[in-house]
This record gives sequence, structure tokens and C-alpha cells, in this order.
Amino acid sequence: MTPRSRILLALLGAFLLALPWVVNPYLLSVATLILYLAYTGQAWNVMMGFAGQLSLGHSLYVGVGAYVSAAIFFHYGIGPWAGMWLSIALCVAIGAAIGFLAFRFGISGVYFALLTIAFSEFFRIGFDHLQWTGGSGGLFLKVAQRDQIDLGNFRGPPAMYYYAILSLTVSALIFCSFLLKSKAGYYWLAIRENEEAAQALGINTFRWKMLAVVISSAMTAVAGVFFAFYYNNLFPEQIFHISRSIEIILGPIIGGVGTLFGPILGAAVLTILADGITEILGALGWEIPGIKQVFYGIVMLLVIMFLPHGIWPPLARKFGLGK
Amino acid sequence: MLSVDRISKSFRGLKAVSQASFDVPAGSIVALIGPNGAGKTTCFNMIAGVFPPDSGRILFQDSPIQHLRPDQVCVAGIGRTFQIVKPFAGLSVLDNVMVGGFLKEKTVSGARKISMEILGKLHLESKADLPASSLTLPDRKRLEVARALATRPRLLLLDEVMAGLRPTECDLIVQVFRELNRSDGLTILLIEHVMRAVMALAQNVVVLHHGEIIARGAPAAVVRDPAVLECYLGEETEV
Repeated sequence: MTPRSRILLALLGAFLLALPWVVNPYLLSVATLILYLAYTGQAWNVMMGFAGQLSLGHSLYVGVGAYVSAAIFFHYGIGPWAGMWLSIALCVAIGAAIGFLAFRFGISGVYFALLTIAFSEFFRIGFDHLQWTGGSGGLFLKVAQRDQIDLGNFRGPPAMYYYAILSLTVSALIFCSFLLKSKAGYYWLAIRENEEAAQALGINTFRWKMLAVVISSAMTAVAGVFFAFYYNNLFPEQIFHISRSIEIILGPIIGGVGTLFGPILGAAVLTILADGITEILGALGWEIPGIKQVFYGIVMLLVIMFLPHGIWPPLARKFGLGK
Repeated sequence: MLSVDRISKSFRGLKAVSQASFDVPAGSIVALIGPNGAGKTTCFNMIAGVFPPDSGRILFQDSPIQHLRPDQVCVAGIGRTFQIVKPFAGLSVLDNVMVGGFLKEKTVSGARKISMEILGKLHLESKADLPASSLTLPDRKRLEVARALATRPRLLLLDEVMAGLRPTECDLIVQVFRELNRSDGLTILLIEHVMRAVMALAQNVVVLHHGEIIARGAPAAVVRDPAVLECYLGEETEV
């Protein structure tokens, strides 16, 4: 890391830590959403950006992670600190099953992506009919007491959730930068660049791709737990929907697939611009449904045309920052 | 060290290799030559574990390897290069080699150290930090070799690494292989069209034609063999 990026990182850290004290509740919710997308983007990036396995079904892990911990809290009063592990275990099992099917039988590229969509759709429809979690009618948690902090059950004011997702995002960033510098990182990038050559260098590509899927699904499961306890209501049609998966991957794609700061930058740029445009149009009296999606499409086109590696790499080069 | 015992391979009924047997003694350099489509690369791919032979055995240090996957073959001690180079284009030259280095070195610093040594041997150390995609073809071929060497193989399979190189570049890389063979005891099996390199390097030549071995022996003798001349130049006819 260059000295300049260290200073910038410290400034950014101080800004993020102080945020709940200086902004209004709406902006805090936007910041929470940005960090949530940055975190899930980072998790997705382990699979696609590092190991080159395109998942278009990451909403599956968010959904299962969210539903599992919310349901056992709802039914048995078991808090998310315990429930989280069940969420992680289940998501890892599902991810491993998908990975095993795909990698064992040589399903790759677009077909792998289709398989991930199929699985997330399968779970969407399954949860629609699962009465234990309220079916398509949804699962609702009691809304948190805004002034009390109950860390044990992860109930509290918005600032608590903000700090929780901030620490998750920071931990994910540190964890991923560690991964990228380790043997696993080298192996994943080799598999991403050329799987045949990687295998010829003694890499058991099946095993390392499985590891990427397992890590990515476990990280995303934690995001699901956060989602459940922050938003308090879960609907299969919403949480498992493919638009959710796309929302997750837009950040890293805009920011820079395979980079460490790309997912964070991408999530911030997209959310701020999209919400900003909606706000401005709203203030002008134009309520246009779906304008956010149109805007996502335009940004995506522009980035693909002019910055095919995302926004972060050219920025990092220009200002002498790291990955 | 390597013993290929009557291996055959057909693709949709077309016999690519049939009943080929040859040995690569430890410490030797053996060349596999033959016209295009003779089955050389198919032989290589069977040895390297890309696909198993339909019949026959491949023994490496006396244990059968014909059913191992490519990564297991590499772990067993056989490194290979690809005829069509396959660099990890987005990674730096050094990182490319380090991927191979991790096979024997567990730490990042260890892998970096041996990778730099190997880059030095192949005269690529000044390009260590460049992206592999920026290299010229001769450099990419050397990178291919460096990466395979980083796995510390006992047998190195070279698939046409001299093709497309200028004679001076070719001589340079021949020198590198000679050195590796002499000082590190590296055994080499190479597929090669460039006879200049074959004559300079190989102690033994095996000639494949239409999937069958038609000649073998010392390079000087093989190039005078009528069967070999015939397959390369066509039959001699009285006019």
C-alpha cells in the first residue's frame, strides 16, 4: 500500500466512523445500503473476480442466510449470533452442492451462471410454499426498539446496524486482501486466467474452485443475516429475485471485477447516483417508476464501453493507489 | 525414468497414436519428431494426463501414471509447456511463475525467491513486473518454460518451444536447456520441428508418422534413415 492510499484510507475510515453523528436518518439508511452492497459485492467478487466463476444467483445465499436465522429467531427466540452459524452452514452446503455439480461435470462459463440462476429460482419458489417461514406472505420480525440496544438479539437503532455492516465490510476487505496475497489468491487468478495451464502447474482446480464457492457463499450468508434483522421483513419474491443478484454484481462490475476496492467504490457510485437522480426527479415532481433500473443500464453501458475494467483500476493508477 | 509402453489413442475412429513405445532414460534429452498430424502432441497429452490412452501403459519412475489428472501428473514430477502458449495474461511475469512455484514452496516469499531464480536462468528477470500479456512470442515461450520449471519437475515436456523463434533466439534457449540438463540433471522430452534445435540438444530421437514409430536412434543416424526421409520429403522415384 502506498503512503498516499494509507492517508486516504484513514480519512475515509474517520468519515465513515463519524457518519451516524452528522447525517440524517435517510442518509444513514443510504450509507447502510451502500455498505451492504459493498459487502455482498466483495463476497461475490471472491468467486468471480478471483476464481473466475460467474454466479448470477447470489440472492440465493442472501435469502437462505436471511430466512434461516430469521425463522429460528421468530420460532424459537434463538438470536442471530447463534443462528448465523446455521445460516452459514446451510449456504455453504448449498454452494458446495452447486459447485460440485458444476465442476465435477465440467459445467462452466455461461452454463455455470445459468445453473446458479436455476438454483436461486428453485429456492424462491420453494420458499413461496414453505409455510414454516410464512410462504409467499412473508416472514416478519418484531420491529426493533429504536432507542434500546440489544446486542444479543441484534436489535437496536439504525446506527447499530450501520456500524455492524461497516465492520463487516471492513473485515471483508481485510480478509479478501489477505486471500489475494496468499497462495489461494495466486491459484484462483491462475484458474481465472487459464484453467488448463493452471492444472498443468499441479493445481487441483476442482478443489480450489470449491473453496472459492464455499468462502463466497459463507460471506454472503452473513449478509443475509444482516438483511433479515435490519429490514425485519422477508418475502421470497423479493429476496430471492434475480434482480437482487444483479444488484449485488453491479457494484463490483462498475467498480472493477477482481479488485479489492472496486466493489466498494462501485456500490457507492451506483447507489449515490441512482438515489440522487430519483431524489432530484422527485423534487421536480416527476415520479418515474423504474427509472433506477434504466439508470443502472445506462451506467453499465458507459462503463463497459469506456472503462471495461471498471472505475477503480484507472483511478488507482492515476492517483497512485493500490489494488 | 519415463517408459511409454504400447500406447494407442483414437479420436472418433481415427487412429492418432497406435502402439507407440519409447523410453526416456533419466538425465537424457529425447526428441519426438514427425510431420504435422503424426500424433506427437497426442502422445504428449497422454503423458501429461490431459486424456488417458485407449490402451497401453505409461510408467514414470516405475509407477503407472496413465490414469492421473494433469495436476497429479505435475505433482508426480512432470512439468509441461503448451504448443499454443497459455500465459496467465492478466498477471505479471513473476506472478505467472510463482503460481508454479507454490507446488514445492509453501510460502509466498519462498515461491517468489525461486521464481526470480528461474526467471534469471531464462533471461526474463528484467521483465518480471510486466504483465504477461505484454510479452513478445519468444518471451512468452520462455515464460511457459519458466512456469513449468518452477514446479521443480524431474522430467520436462517441451511442446514446440522453438517454433517461431529466430535462429539466435533458438540457440539461446538451447543453451538454457543444455545447462538445466547438465547442472540440475533435468530429463527432457521435446517435440520439435526445428531440426537445428533437435540436432543440438537430443541424444535420442523418436520419429512418429501416422501415429506409429517409424525410426529411433541418434539424431545423425535418424535424419539419414530412408523411412524418415520418405515421410518428410515423399518417396524417391527414378525418373
